[in-house]
Amino acid sequence: MATNIEMPKLSDTMTEGTLIKWHKQVGDEIEIGDVIAEVETDKATMEMEAFDEGTITSIEVQEGEKAPIGAVLAVLDGDGSGPAAGSGDAAESADAGEDAKPAETPAAETSSAPAEKAQSKPAPTRAEGERIKSSPLARKVAAELGVDLANVNGSGPAGRIVRADVEAAANGAGSTGKPSGQAAAAAGLAAAAKSKATAPAPQAIQPVVSEQDETIELTSMRRIIADRLLLSKQTIPHFYLHAEVDAAPLMKLRKEINAQAEQTHGNKYSVNDFILKAAINAAQTVPAVNASFTGDAIVRFASVGMSVAIAVEDGLVTPVIKNAETKSLLQISKEVKDLAVRARDKKLKPNEFDGGTITVSNLGAWGVESFDAIVNPPQAMIISVGGAIEKPVVKDGQVVPGLRMNLGISCDHRVVDGAVAAEYLAAVKKLIEQPALMLI
Amino acid sequence: MSRKMLYRHAIREALDEELARDENVVVMGEEVAQYNGAYKVTEGLWEKWGCKRMVDTPISEAGFIGMGIGASMLGVRPVMELMFWSFHSVAFDQLVNNAACVRYMSGGLINVPIVVRGPANGGTNVGATHSHIPEGLFAAFPGLKVCAPATPADAKGLMKAAIRDNDPVYVMENTLLYGTEGEVPDPSEGDHVVPLGKADVKREGSDLSLIAHGRSVLHCLAAAETLQSEHGISAEVLDLRSIRPLDQEAILETVRKTNRAVLVDESKGFGGVSAMVSHLIQEHAFDYLDAPITRVTTLDAPAIYSPHVENDQLPNPKRIVEKVLQSS
Repeated sequence: MATNIEMPKLSDTMTEGTLIKWHKQVGDEIEIGDVIAEVETDKATMEMEAFDEGTITSIEVQEGEKAPIGAVLAVLDGDGSGPAAGSGDAAESADAGEDAKPAETPAAETSSAPAEKAQSKPAPTRAEGERIKSSPLARKVAAELGVDLANVNGSGPAGRIVRADVEAAANGAGSTGKPSGQAAAAAGLAAAAKSKATAPAPQAIQPVVSEQDETIELTSMRRIIADRLLLSKQTIPHFYLHAEVDAAPLMKLRKEINAQAEQTHGNKYSVNDFILKAAINAAQTVPAVNASFTGDAIVRFASVGMSVAIAVEDGLVTPVIKNAETKSLLQISKEVKDLAVRARDKKLKPNEFDGGTITVSNLGAWGVESFDAIVNPPQAMIISVGGAIEKPVVKDGQVVPGLRMNLGISCDHRVVDGAVAAEYLAAVKKLIEQPALMLI
Repeated sequence: MSRKMLYRHAIREALDEELARDENVVVMGEEVAQYNGAYKVTEGLWEKWGCKRMVDTPISEAGFIGMGIGASMLGVRPVMELMFWSFHSVAFDQLVNNAACVRYMSGGLINVPIVVRGPANGGTNVGATHSHIPEGLFAAFPGLKVCAPATPADAKGLMKAAIRDNDPVYVMENTLLYGTEGEVPDPSEGDHVVPLGKADVKREGSDLSLIAHGRSVLHCLAAAETLQSEHGISAEVLDLRSIRPLDQEAILETVRKTNRAVLVDESKGFGGVSAMVSHLIQEHAFDYLDAPITRVTTLDAPAIYSPHVENDQLPNPKRIVEKVLQSS
């Protein structure tokens, strides 16, 4: 009996994937567990394993093509005429698709539970029993993303929920996966969604485009960056603090440590490794910044998930050093190097993006003196690091040469107030100016 | 190299090339030969090809369409001009009982390779009896093929495909398009044939799909410009070109891409082409719809004689823009 191989959901935010490469062709026999294809999601390129065995009788999605979650990619043991119609098989392979998630986080599990509920409900209703108006596409996307339509505000005619509303609600939920947070984010987005009422898809003032101009289609990554950062700027009340720190002691220590390391394990520490270590340690001193806003509460995280902003070919990713407070400078340095290499090769796994609580973005290597980064939701704080710059400083009434570095922090004011943020910034400054303290 | 060419001259070039290619091709109709055609589509062809290939007929549609069908059953490839498609009704028995059914009823032994062509449009204030738009009507008869080109290039390419097809093909032209100009590939680049049953994306867009045929395609392109420049809405325009066979895959593809469809159809809404397109979309792409399918069709009344009112009875860019804004 024919079985469909469908596009699996490989990450929380994935709505579609690009079939990068088929490892099997029509006529090939496959076993359960065989790597049959490579699929690019919004975050990474993943190998896709077979959950059924049989002979591939047709390939429905060619290399380079995109397909939404659940779309039939290939058919096993069919008659070669296309996808199998039998719902039983389709459901089976959909279940298998769920299993395919590598090392699912608890957050991912809670978000997949409502998906099953939504599928079994033909006409979703609100708590008061009123029928929810939603487009067929919105219902399909809601089922895929695990969004409960009861928590979504509709921006279409007569309050109909359209796809943009569901996607906004899904993005707003972040990785905390709490329904209350989801509802709050959706409510916060209602205004944004309303402005889309006349233009369904892009929320952009259209430029005048001439023939000489180049129009570049959005990659999944660009789309996610656009959605998440727009959401951040629209729903998070940002404020910004800056402090200049004396970088000379840190530079001196780094030189000494690198010279020592050359004779032992050979690891070369970057300036950023020390900044990360200082940011992590300071978050233990001022735990109020290591937190997230959920709509009706603030979650203060037990552990520090240090998101590191890494520029890649067509965008930027923020993989996470988990349980960062338990790791030594050497562990952090090695982990960041590994993450950076794999980020550029698009080999990071989706779960490596989960669990971040604070982000560090460092543009010092590009000669940037200072800047203000956008908070990376659902986190409450991002640190913007400038370069170490030689400049005159006044010390004891005398102008002397100094090596200075500008640190900025951008905060979610719903979680962190100015005084708390200042306390945190002072803690980071202290560690950088007395770097031996961070090694204790 | 393509050249700018009027729609009427693109059709004439198609006829001229096919007359040259196949000696069985004959053009017949009221005043197509010595008078050079009521709309000058056949201008100069009588002088070039003479009385055997360019034949003036009596004013009797039932008679000459029947004659054309009979000739086609014996191997001639007649191209019959109806001065208005509105005159189809006096030849209805020939057009649907004979042309459409002979191949089926002869068990496939006898083909009817006839082309019937002429203008089928409103908007010229010629009154209700001269303004019928019957492509949906004929597309409803199995055995008939129907197309409605919007541009000079498609007019030429579809006409050549129609003449070479072994089944009856009814080509719905438009008096208001005859004087429009567009790029048409040069014959030196090879035969320009547009296959029947193949729709064409005339404009790429991402927010919604305007699906139309015939002159409505031009209205959609104008509306898409306005939607983009004034409302920031990116509309894709799909030109069906052929009504039967209908390019179902192209329709579903654009709807799956944009998730919204506004159908624009110069025929009446009741049982029209857009009614069928609407049904196909909801049957095959229901889960891709983010909004109900809406339509802009000719308002349900006999063609109105007053120019101002007739203009609003028919689809036009303003009505399309309003419909899009209402339904989004």
